[in-house]
Amino acid sequence: MASSSSRINKSLKSEMIITTLEGVPGKEIIEHYGLVQGSTIRAKHVGKDIMAGLKNLVGGELKGYTELLQEARKEAVDRMIQQADFVGANAVVNVRFATSSVAQGAAELFAYGTAVKVQ
Amino acid sequence: MEEIIFFIFLLSLGYFVGSWVEKKHYKEIKQRERKTIHVPVVSFGAKQKIPSANESALFAGSVVMSADYFKMFASSLRNLIGGRVVVYESILDRGRREAVLRMKEQAIAWGATQVVNVRLETASIGNQASGGKGMFAVEVIAYGTGIR
Repeated sequence: MASSSSRINKSLKSEMIITTLEGVPGKEIIEHYGLVQGSTIRAKHVGKDIMAGLKNLVGGELKGYTELLQEARKEAVDRMIQQADFVGANAVVNVRFATSSVAQGAAELFAYGTAVKVQ
Repeated sequence: MEEIIFFIFLLSLGYFVGSWVEKKHYKEIKQRERKTIHVPVVSFGAKQKIPSANESALFAGSVVMSADYFKMFASSLRNLIGGRVVVYESILDRGRREAVLRMKEQAIAWGATQVVNVRLETASIGNQASGGKGMFAVEVIAYGTGIR
């Protein structure tokens, strides 16, 4: 798990430019490839659920869930990057995230953006 | 009788420990906000000219916040008469500020001079949203583009 997340970080930071802006600062868009997306559905782990239930008595941050969702979001971004890579883009612009709870105890993490080629 | 004692115990545990945790969290948030105030965070992007910068990267900060036992009980009472649910307002406020701070701190560590086009997203992941009587938990995510 650790190696896969560091790989995502590497691809996120060095090869593919990901931004929430409409373009890439300092660079010009030369080609559009359309929408790319990545999503993952994660279920909660029973142990974490019990711990969260106890933590729920006193309130505050549920660290177990925060980590779980962060990990899942990284995976969604990674899948989006893979798709962008496949169409030959070197940047993804106007990226948005969404979370929805699809079933009892499971959440969907979703990332989408527009794949482009920049100079 | 025992059930009532147990209920009162949980309620006071939630109230005292919960408000202590909240106070501590607010103190920490205020301190961190002061420390990171030099980097502006803005939410415009689409209708504005793209800022000139050499590099940009995506940063995201997220947090899952839950309510304590007292707050859940208070909100269920509030549900009977309607109106402002003050006890949950502070949870969402804490969550949003914490998420923005986490995003900002990552951007600062990378060397950002500004974080632009920031978006905030909230999702309810507890089962209370789907009608159950379980826990109240919300996930808040803040994401934006750091530029340098």
